[in-house]
Amino acid sequence: MTIVFYISAALAIVATLLAITRANAVHALLYFICSLLATGVMFFVLGAPFVAALVVIVNAGAIIVLFVFVVMMLNVGPDSADRERASLRPRAWIGPALISVLLIVELAHSVLRHQTGTTAGAAVDAKQVGMALFGPYLLGVELASMLLLAGLLGAYHLGREGTGRS
Amino acid sequence: MAVVPAEIGLIVAGLLFCVGLAGVLVRRNIIFILLSLEIMLNACGLAFVVAGAHWRQPDGQVMYFFILTMAAAETAVGLSLILQMYRRFSSLDTHAINKMRG
Repeated sequence: MTIVFYISAALAIVATLLAITRANAVHALLYFICSLLATGVMFFVLGAPFVAALVVIVNAGAIIVLFVFVVMMLNVGPDSADRERASLRPRAWIGPALISVLLIVELAHSVLRHQTGTTAGAAVDAKQVGMALFGPYLLGVELASMLLLAGLLGAYHLGREGTGRS
Repeated sequence: MAVVPAEIGLIVAGLLFCVGLAGVLVRRNIIFILLSLEIMLNACGLAFVVAGAHWRQPDGQVMYFFILTMAAAETAVGLSLILQMYRRFSSLDTHAINKMRG
């Protein structure tokens, strides 16, 4: 199990390094998604399956989709079709695809070898996390929901056309 | 059963944080700066989860949940600010907005 952690840690660092050195924002986002997936595998190996699911669904799923939407909105123009065609070339996506395949092989390996899918004895499962969240951390959850509401309103206000034009 | 030593996990988190910090310092495109901030937040969360797994307590994962919430709100506001910046200056370069009107 430890070797799975080391491999995914190395993949996460390599993918992050590649993400911050790309010239194209979409390629950087692809590598950042790989880095997040590698982090998810690390969480899974560490015995935190709830957070592993959360990082895949919320971080790689929702936050990165926001990034992709904004990058696509900024790219709208006459030559965006050419750019689109260029981004479908294999050398744009072969790296992230390779990293993802390695990660899924690791995940399948660790799930098949251990039926529970986590290292024995180290697991803090979703039930414990939920009881902590809605027990001692209830006020924090309420504050987090208010923060999300404030973020929603702020994004709506700032994103409108012609806000605060002087 | 071999369990990952906490030191290794913390070193990985530190390395990821440093990569994100380098991204913030080096890149001039504001989308990449926001992405690097996201990398740094994720590295902090990794450190929390490693510590939580080391002590077998759920608090590390709870803290990651809060970090994730904050990252989501920050990304939403930051991206709408980027949209406004692109509308006004037609540029994503941070050098385009380094003059204040005070």
